[in-house]
Amino acid sequence: MKNKLKVLRAEHNYTQEDLADIIGVSRQTINAIEKEKFDPSLPTAFRISKLFKMPIESIFYFEDA
Amino acid sequence: MSTLNYIKMKKERKKHRYQLAAWTWSWVATMALASFGPKYIWDDHTVLTVLAVSVNFANGILMLIANRNLFNNFDELERKIHLESLALTLGLAVVVGLTFTLLNHTGLIGFNADISSLVIFIGLTYLAGVVINTRRYS
Repeated sequence: MKNKLKVLRAEHNYTQEDLADIIGVSRQTINAIEKEKFDPSLPTAFRISKLFKMPIESIFYFEDA
Repeated sequence: MSTLNYIKMKKERKKHRYQLAAWTWSWVATMALASFGPKYIWDDHTVLTVLAVSVNFANGILMLIANRNLFNNFDELERKIHLESLALTLGLAVVVGLTFTLLNHTGLIGFNADISSLVIFIGLTYLAGVVINTRRYS
């Protein structure tokens, strides 16, 4: 799954640590999500969506090969 | 989860880590006492030996509860890392443990298939699994 988390985080001037603290996960989790090595759980995706005031599907999406 | 909640979660994590460390060390200490006490301290007194083994067993259960509490405090990525490591460890422990026993029974190895060897193998496999999976997701 692809995501725009890194772009959104940069736009809002958050560090990975800031975002991790707000969302309630570790910094390593934010890093793994940004690098698309790990897909977040639904509650985490909802919290990210709420924070950036965007629908989940515009932050996380599938890209056809 | 708010920042305040996350700070609370971090504090709880620290508390659970200390609790697990304390129970682990006391389990090791009571294990040593139950192993060497009968021979070197109380001269094979049955009641004291039963008591030492019981205390060690109860301590082991409390160590497991402390480990579960720490596990429940992990975030989703940490849980995934530890679950994958546990799955690897469990599988390898069964396969390697039984192969080791088979080699011992058939006389292909010259030494006894001791449970302590398997415990060391389990510990090292879990540790390696956590390190490898942490690197995989970083």
